[in-house]
Amino acid sequence: MSTTNHGDYFIPEPSKWPLVGTIALTTTVIGAVNTIHSMNEGGSMSILLPIGLLLIAYLFFGWFGAVIDESMGGKYNQQVDRSFRIGMLWFIFSEVMFFAAFFGALFYARVFALSWLGGGGNNEMTGELLWPGFEAVWPILTNPDNAVFTGPEKAMGAMGLPAINTAILLLSSVTVTIAHHGLRQNHRKPLIIWLAITVALGAVFLTLQVVEYVHAYRDMGLTMDSGIYGSTFFLLTGFHGAHVTLGTTMLLVMLIRAIKGHFTADNHFAFEAVAWYWHFVDVVWLGLFIFVYWL
Amino acid sequence: MSAVIEEHHDHHDHKPTGIGRWLFSTNHKDIGTMYLWFSFIMFFVGGSMALVIRAELFQPGLQLVEPEFFNQMTTLHGLIMVFGVIMPAFVGLANWMVPMMIGAPDMALPRMNNWSFWLLPGAFGLLIASLIMSLMGMGSAPNFGWTFYAPLSTKYGPASTDFFIFSVHMMGISSIMGAINIIATIMNMRAPGMTYMKMPIFVWTWFITAYLLIAVMPVLAGAVTMMLTDRNFGTSFFDAAGGGDPVMFQHIFWFFGHPEVYIMILPSFGIISEIVPTFARKKIFGYSSMVYATASIAFLSFIVWAHHMFTTGMPVAGELFFMYATMLIAIPTGVKVFNWVSTMWKGSMTFETPMLFAIAFIFLFTIGGFTGLMLCIAPADFQYHDTYFVVAHFHYVLVTGAAFGIMAGVYYWIPKWTGNMYDETLGKWHFWLTTISANVLFFPMHFVGLAGMPRRIPDYSIQFAEFNAMATVGAFVFGFTQLIFLYNVIKTARGRTGVKATDQVWEGSHGLEWTLPSPAPFHSFTTPPQVK
Ligand SMILES: [Cu+2]
Repeated sequence: MSTTNHGDYFIPEPSKWPLVGTIALTTTVIGAVNTIHSMNEGGSMSILLPIGLLLIAYLFFGWFGAVIDESMGGKYNQQVDRSFRIGMLWFIFSEVMFFAAFFGALFYARVFALSWLGGGGNNEMTGELLWPGFEAVWPILTNPDNAVFTGPEKAMGAMGLPAINTAILLLSSVTVTIAHHGLRQNHRKPLIIWLAITVALGAVFLTLQVVEYVHAYRDMGLTMDSGIYGSTFFLLTGFHGAHVTLGTTMLLVMLIRAIKGHFTADNHFAFEAVAWYWHFVDVVWLGLFIFVYWL
Repeated sequence: MSAVIEEHHDHHDHKPTGIGRWLFSTNHKDIGTMYLWFSFIMFFVGGSMALVIRAELFQPGLQLVEPEFFNQMTTLHGLIMVFGVIMPAFVGLANWMVPMMIGAPDMALPRMNNWSFWLLPGAFGLLIASLIMSLMGMGSAPNFGWTFYAPLSTKYGPASTDFFIFSVHMMGISSIMGAINIIATIMNMRAPGMTYMKMPIFVWTWFITAYLLIAVMPVLAGAVTMMLTDRNFGTSFFDAAGGGDPVMFQHIFWFFGHPEVYIMILPSFGIISEIVPTFARKKIFGYSSMVYATASIAFLSFIVWAHHMFTTGMPVAGELFFMYATMLIAIPTGVKVFNWVSTMWKGSMTFETPMLFAIAFIFLFTIGGFTGLMLCIAPADFQYHDTYFVVAHFHYVLVTGAAFGIMAGVYYWIPKWTGNMYDETLGKWHFWLTTISANVLFFPMHFVGLAGMPRRIPDYSIQFAEFNAMATVGAFVFGFTQLIFLYNVIKTARGRTGVKATDQVWEGSHGLEWTLPSPAPFHSFTTPPQVK
């Protein structure tokens, strides 16, 4: 692989990865839709889905691998570093807006839809004629049409597992910062130890989330089908969980790269990007803890 | 390493060849060209759908297509024109022009740039595949209108809706990456001395547009994700039986949708702001007020979304808030129109094709703006809502606005891209036929709309017949006129016009992009220019 010199600028050579990415994503989504459709009719998974997912994995290994090689080869200058930083920051902002859509749905359902279904505002007849007997309380345990969407037996409390998970994630934000301090002083040992602890905390968080989901489905009747409370609960916590999974995976990759000695005190943007991402996931969780579990 | 660098340095303008040049590109010009051609092809695809719609509406009664297919046509026409034509054309223009205008060698993140492009053929492949399957009698393509309101798109959507959902996801990923790239390029790749307040207005408008994209495309992704789970996984976001609300869909959709209309117009504002000073041979009037006006429009676009929902039902305080907030947008928009007119005032003007399109833009977009003001008055909107008046309004804004801006930009910059002047006579034919036919096509829609003709219906009451026949004639003239444009572009690209472009191209043009040779070299500025 060679790099054309453009004066002071770095411009990568032609690359196959964008095309691989397109093929991978297109295959994955066709596979996903076919799987959904066939499973709705009691069928099985479409073969395209695992193929697409494997292609995505190949894409990440290949593309990031190429970037790592270039970075380690000293091809990047300050300007490239700044471009990466700007890119990562605005990517995180786009993620914030993605979660904003779901938080928006939660607030709208709780503040407006709930009261209107119960006859609030000038919607007295909505309550009286369409959904008689519906009580506008959150969390909704009895849905407007409880035969179609059967409400949960009880709501998920904030104390217990969610509180423990809050502590775990907050702690993990601290440990990743300590690891970063170690890295900045070129102390590899604290870097590796604290990073490993962060990964472990992420894994524990995810395990506890699984425990919580099993509990919700098995013991509480709280499912995706149990009305707007279940819908917002599972999509918000589910997407957050997916982000924690991604974040933990990335932290794990950073741990492996740290062990391999990829990072130096002044050249470790990949680590920083993952740390930013991890803090973002943490902040989203605080929103979830307050508005989904607690209030 | 260093040997490799030396070797390449001698002939660093070498281009990759063959199909690989396009498939694996990291070059802002090649990627820009692909975006523009993609948009052009989609323009004819979406345009043919419009002609199916207009042919059916030529006479009252049902003659050519089934109502069911008519719905698919309106849906896909809207989706393709918005996501497949206007937006990719703007990204293509940004790819070509932003690095040249700010004195950069390329975009900041060239590989991601290429991925942004190649996701589009994937996304639209899915969408168009659903239409092909529909034509072969296998299910229906999306048929719920480009706004895909729940429950039409959830409970009652055809099976292809799930493909549509993922197609929107891919378009969203493409747009977000494209926007991030443009922001990184503008923040990080400007030549020394190119301060923010020296940037060309086109760069400024795209800078602000990119923020809009990053802010709202993820919200659209959230909306279609909720659709997906409502359709397939038992959630009840948009189903009142489970405590959700179909009206909530409209709120989320239009929180995306209104900024989206500015995403589709701000870059055109930028193009017009480049062209008018060149052909008036004056500096732009009120540069900084242009920048602030653009920023204000972008800000306001986040707090006006429910003006699309006045008849859906919301508390009166909400109706009033969204009505007044919408009216406010007229102020920065008026500032812009005023500045363009003032730039022309006492200028030494000539009327080449780009300038003609720019002037037509100023007139016709302003008509679209005024009908927008009429629509934003909540009590009046109760009458106008979902009529052809709305259709007339947004086609004035999007066709004679956004699309005219793009056409103006293509004529303005194609000499720089290809090194050849386009055919001015053909350009003028294209302009006059397009402008006249667009008005024959869209102006009567105001009248039938005010008289109550509903949109998205394949049949209509007999008293609307004359105006509809007129609109259909306009539509076919408009559609076939675009072949002149296509021919002119190909002729210019192949150098068959016989006139070479100078570096400056236009007598009155200023800016870094005009200091580069025509055609522009493969890598724009390999050493940063100094901007004084
Ligand atoms: Cu709007």
